[in-house]
This record gives sequence, structure tokens and C-alpha cells, in this order.
Amino acid sequence: MEKKLVIAGFGGQGVMLAGELLAEAGKEEEKYVTFLPSYGPEMRGGTANCHVIVSDNPIASPIIANPEAAIIMNLPSLDKFEPLMEEDGILILNKTLIPKEVQRKDVRVLSIDALTIAKELGNEKVTNLILLGAYVTVEKTVSLETVKNALKVFLTGKKEKLIPINEKALDKGAEIAKEFLGEK
Amino acid sequence: MGEKILMKGAEVIAEAAIRAGCMAFFGYPITPQNETPEYFSRRMPQLGRVFLQAESEVAAINMVYGAACTGTRVITTSSSPGISLMQEGFSYIANSNVPCVVVNAMRGGPGLGDIAPAQADYFQATKGGGHGDYHSIVIAPHTIQEEADLMFDAFDLADKYRIMVVVLVDGLMGQMMEPVEFKDWVDVKKFKTPEWATVGQGDRDHRNIITSLSILAEGLEKMNLHLQEKYRKIKENEVRYEEYKMDDAEYAVTAFGTVARISKTTVDMARKKGIKLGLIRPITLWPFPTEIINKRAEQLKFFLDSEMNEGQMLEDVKLAVNGKKPVYFFGKLGGVVPTAEDILKEVEKHIEGGK
Amino acid sequence: MKIIYKKPEPITKTHTTYCPGCPHGIAHRLVAELLEEMNLTKKAVIVWPVGCSVFGYYFIGTDAVEAAHGRACAMATGIKRVHPESFVISYQGDGDLASIGIAETVHAAARGERISVVYINNGNYGMTGGQMAPTTLLGQRTTTTPYGRDAKLNGFPLHVPEMLAAIDGPAYIARAALDSPQHIIQAKKFLKKAFTAQTKDLGFSLVEMISACPTNWKLSPVEAMERIRREVLPVFPIGEFKVAKGVE
Repeated sequence: MEKKLVIAGFGGQGVMLAGELLAEAGKEEEKYVTFLPSYGPEMRGGTANCHVIVSDNPIASPIIANPEAAIIMNLPSLDKFEPLMEEDGILILNKTLIPKEVQRKDVRVLSIDALTIAKELGNEKVTNLILLGAYVTVEKTVSLETVKNALKVFLTGKKEKLIPINEKALDKGAEIAKEFLGEK
Repeated sequence: MGEKILMKGAEVIAEAAIRAGCMAFFGYPITPQNETPEYFSRRMPQLGRVFLQAESEVAAINMVYGAACTGTRVITTSSSPGISLMQEGFSYIANSNVPCVVVNAMRGGPGLGDIAPAQADYFQATKGGGHGDYHSIVIAPHTIQEEADLMFDAFDLADKYRIMVVVLVDGLMGQMMEPVEFKDWVDVKKFKTPEWATVGQGDRDHRNIITSLSILAEGLEKMNLHLQEKYRKIKENEVRYEEYKMDDAEYAVTAFGTVARISKTTVDMARKKGIKLGLIRPITLWPFPTEIINKRAEQLKFFLDSEMNEGQMLEDVKLAVNGKKPVYFFGKLGGVVPTAEDILKEVEKHIEGGK
Repeated sequence: MKIIYKKPEPITKTHTTYCPGCPHGIAHRLVAELLEEMNLTKKAVIVWPVGCSVFGYYFIGTDAVEAAHGRACAMATGIKRVHPESFVISYQGDGDLASIGIAETVHAAARGERISVVYINNGNYGMTGGQMAPTTLLGQRTTTTPYGRDAKLNGFPLHVPEMLAAIDGPAYIARAALDSPQHIIQAKKFLKKAFTAQTKDLGFSLVEMISACPTNWKLSPVEAMERIRREVLPVFPIGEFKVAKGVE
């Protein structure tokens, strides 16, 4: 098994956290993992993306030229990554901020009104985890439970109280993904 | 060895150095490696060790020089423009025969360049960089785990040969995260002040002087011959490289650091297509693995050297191949990182061209 | 036989390379006398500069390192930080300390590095043949100010002790002169306080010593000393600019 995911959006949308969380979960499941962030001036406010690879075997290149899966959190990121997607790859979109249809017919699309759902859950900052919950459910890169466990590594101290709402967000994403997969 | 920790490459450098017994850090902030000094600034005081943010890279390397004269394990870390400022210090350190470790997380140049990953400081690192006839040992890890392991070797080699060891990485390796397992802590209580160190004469029956100066040409020639003899020993004993799927290879990529890692994917992709491609990855860039490259030239149809520069290691590969086979080049400039697909395309192009 | 005069123990038997009438020898002697009197010789590491005193380690017999031009304070910092038991002296000239090395000097002072700096000001670059230094007086002719130092072209002489005294890090900052027995005795008193600032762990210390360069000034040794009193001291007055509690 080798799974390659690109997560892209605005700085501040939790792109990096979602990626690090998946990497940590992969590590906890004793898989090989790489997490490669874009960095620099675009870190705040601009577009940000990260490449996460989770594999049963040692990982050579940490760079994903053609993603087989992408979590896309805003419109500029869709414009950037849609043309790069592998055939039959999956785009998981934050529909709330992407008022546009995917043009390509050879990719799968799971479009989630994630920001709206996050607001309903009570914290728009968990948009990223709704999408991540959907991703791991569709791609089965790691188990949802491991991702939840990994939250403890990142949400410590004052942030610890945010764990329940983040777990809820992951669950919500997973639920939507199951519907998408026709498992429900 | 302990458990695996998911860490950023730039922080792994600091933690590995600390575990390897690094007692002092002197440096100046520069992107893309600020996480390294920041990490040192948190950890060193906890351990009663030295962290000092210098007023410039020029000052930082001379603080390293001073600390190195006491035989203390010392490090500085920087990125390309900062490393340029340190070249004078490197040259002095070389001719003073004192040990230290320098990490260069290379970024795009020349000039202010950018902060994206690059490998354009290969010449500077391997051919001296500062003035005079000197070398530093240059090691180039290609994964975060290897980076963690090689930091230990960097300090050991520095002490063994009383030489500066450069750990050459790039911004990409600094920013990426990967699970790492660190080697056991070096017991710093066992460190002794070496007999050559300048810490005050104390009970010694002679005093120590550390200088790179000899005003008489014959004296300076002697110092140079001493250096060359040391370099000869290092070339004999410390060459390291990795071969990947080279046994039956008909073509080989040569690459170091990040590009070597990417090239492993290229090799796997090529093999799936039935192309017998392999990779030779120098781990020590100086001393350079000349012999193995020369030997492999016999079995290969061509080499493709790939780097994030305009062809710097290429010159050493060509010298090693010595005209036996063609050596092609594929590079990306200014901080652009090649993909495995890019490199494969080049390999295929040259196979096609050879038919 | 009764000994009435001898060289201080740390002074080696090597003949110095300094020109006739050069006060470096006096400054070396003061350093050596104090190392001996304060029992610091075996703990001392002297950082020597690039300049006329580049071979200083041949003349004062302590552990020593040879710094790059201007970097002595940084190198001294490196030694002292990792080996605080050592007694670390940085011996520098005016080109080395006040021109190319001014950043290292100011920041070592600002950090309050526990090092003692002996700063020799002879108003020119002696070793390289008498070019303008940051301390060259207005109107003074040097090989690079053949018409005299012009403030409009070359700016003004730099007063290092006055500058450093404005910073919080130093524990002791003074200027002495090496032109006469009285001034030399006073210079030793100042230098002792500078060394004490380090042994008592109080902070950075520096003593500027107004010196002469008879060769490049094209004066006899005696005339050079007279010039110090006549022309240099009015611009660079002797005095203590910063004395932290506990230095005396």
C-alpha cells in the first residue's frame, strides 16, 4: 500500500495541521510516512499545500507530481491541482468556498459543504478535519480511530479542550464519505 | 535507539547534534532553517550547554572557530547566503586543524536568490569555498532518518581528523517531516579536553598555539603538506555512497540529497517499464566516490547526472567516468525541484537518442 | 646575586618583531606583568589579531590563538562561552578592532562577554604600511590620506571607549596612553581593573592604549611620544569611562 495525498487551501485553513495529523496517524500505524509542506512567503494568507505519503514500504520521492487524492479547500487550489490529478483520482472539495464544477470527467469528486457544516458544529476551524475524515474513509490510508488518537499529539495544553469537536468533525466527514461510497 | 518521532528535518538536525554531544551552537537566523537554531535555543540551556545568537554569520563562524580551539563539539547552521559569509572562517578553521560541524540548508541563489530548496552550493562546499588549498568533509543525507544518523558521524569525523564537516541539505529536507529514530545519547561526561586545545596551559609542560599563519613560505608549505596528507587519508578511508538497483543496470542516475531520493522513484518507475536503470548516490560529496563510478562505467550505456543546479557534481562524475561513457545532465535551477517523472523523461530521451 | 630587574615570567625569550620605538612591547609587558601578578598565566588564552601584533604569541608565552582580521572578539567569545575557566584576552589594534571588527567588538560588549580587550590605537594601519585607520586624526597624513584626513571625505576619528561606555554590557572601559612613565603606570592600573572585571565575572572590559607608530609617522621615537601628548591626547583623552561596582 502506498497512498499519496495533497492538501491545499489558504494559509490559516489548517492545511498543514491536517497533513501532519495524517502523517502522525500513519506513523502510529507503523507505516512509512513523509510530510512535505510548501513554505515561505505564502505561509500566511496565500495558498498553502502539503504532500503526505503513507506507505508500507520505504518512500523514495516525497513529492507528488500527480495526486491520486487531493483535499481542496479553496478555488485557487482547485485551479492548480485539477489538471494535475491522476486519472481516476479523487478530489475532496470544500464546496462552501468552491462555487464551480470540476471540469474533468476522469476523476472522482466528493464535494462537501464543509465550512457550513463546521459552523454548524460550532467551530469553522474544523473544516479541515471534516475533509480529512472523509478522505481516510474513502482511501482507508489509516483508520479513523488512529487519526483521532493522533489529535492528542497536536492539541495539548489549552487546546486539549478542542479534541471533542475535532473528533466530531472527523466523524461527520466519515459519515458523508460512507454515503458517497454507498455504504450507508 | 528509541521510539519513532515525527519531526521536521530542521529540528532533527538539532536534536541529533545534541544527542551526538554537541556542546555549543553559534549562529544567525536565516530562512529556511530557522527551526534549527530555535530548537537549539530551547534545548541547550536545559542541558547546561551553550546557545548563542551571534550578531552575524561572520561572527558566528568565528565563535565556532574559538570554541573549536578548545576541542569542544560545536556547530553552526545556516543557509546559502549565510554560508557565503562564513567562507573566510572555514578557510582559517581548515588550516588551524580544529574540528567543527557546519550545516548548510541550501536555498536558491545566486545573491539573495529565494528560499526554495536548491543544491547550487556544491562547488562551494566541496571545492573549498574560502581561499587556499583546503577541503572539508561534505556529507549529504537524502532522508530525515539518514540526516539523524549522519549528524553523529559528522561529529565523530570532525574529531577524528580535526576537520570541519559540512552537512549539506536543502530547504526541502529542512521543512519536511518524517518519523525518525535517534541513536543513543553520546555520554558527554566522557569527553576530555584534547591535548592540543587552547584552554590555558594549566599543568601541561608546553603551551598550545593554534594559528593558520606561517610567514615563511617553507613553513606554510609544511602546513599545506600536512593538510594534504590528512586529505589523502580521508579519501582512502571515508568515501561513502549508496547504490540502488545497480547490479544489472544499463543506465545510471547520479544524484545526491533530495534529488537522489527523488531519483529512487525514477528508478522504480523505469524498472516497471523494463528499463534497467540504477542510481549511484554519493553520501560523501568530498571525498567523492570516484572509484565506484569509474568501475560502473564499464557496464553502463550512459550516466544521467541530476541536480538542483546547473551541473556542479556533474564535473566530478565526468572526472570519475573519465570519458568511458557519455554523461548527460538534467537540472532544475533557482529552487525548482525536479519530479521523478521529469528525470525519467530525460533518461528515456537519451535511450531514444542512442538508438 | 640580588635580582633587581627581570622580565615578567610570561614574556618569552624571542626578540620582538616590532619597529624601534614601538610601544607594543610596553603593552605586552603590562599584560605579562599582570598575568604573573594576578596568577593568570596558566589560565590565559590570548586571541591575537591581524596587524603588527599578529605574532604576539611568540612574545607572550601563554596558550594562544590567531584570529582572522577583526574577529578576535568573536573568537574570544567562542572560547570563553565553552570554557569559562579560561582567562581570555583579546589583543587588537585600531584597524582590527575599530574598523573591520567593530561589529564583533560592539556586540561582545553589548553581550557583556567575560573577556578583556587590550586595544592599541596608533592612528594608522602599521603593518600594511601606514594607511588611514578609523582613529586617524583630522588633517593627519597617511599613505591613503596623502593630503591629510578630510572630514568631508573620510569622516571623523572613532572614539571606541566613549561609544562602548554607552552600552550596558561592559563592566570596565578606559583609555590610557603609553607615552610616558606616569601614563604607563596608570595604564597598568586600568588594565588590572579590566582583568579584574573578568576574574570577578562582572562583564566585558576594554582598555584603549594610545600608542605610537614612529616608523609610519616618520618621527623619531621621542618625537612620536611628544606627538601623542601634543596632538593625540587632546582628541583621545585619558580616562575611565565605565567602572562597574566591584572592579576596584
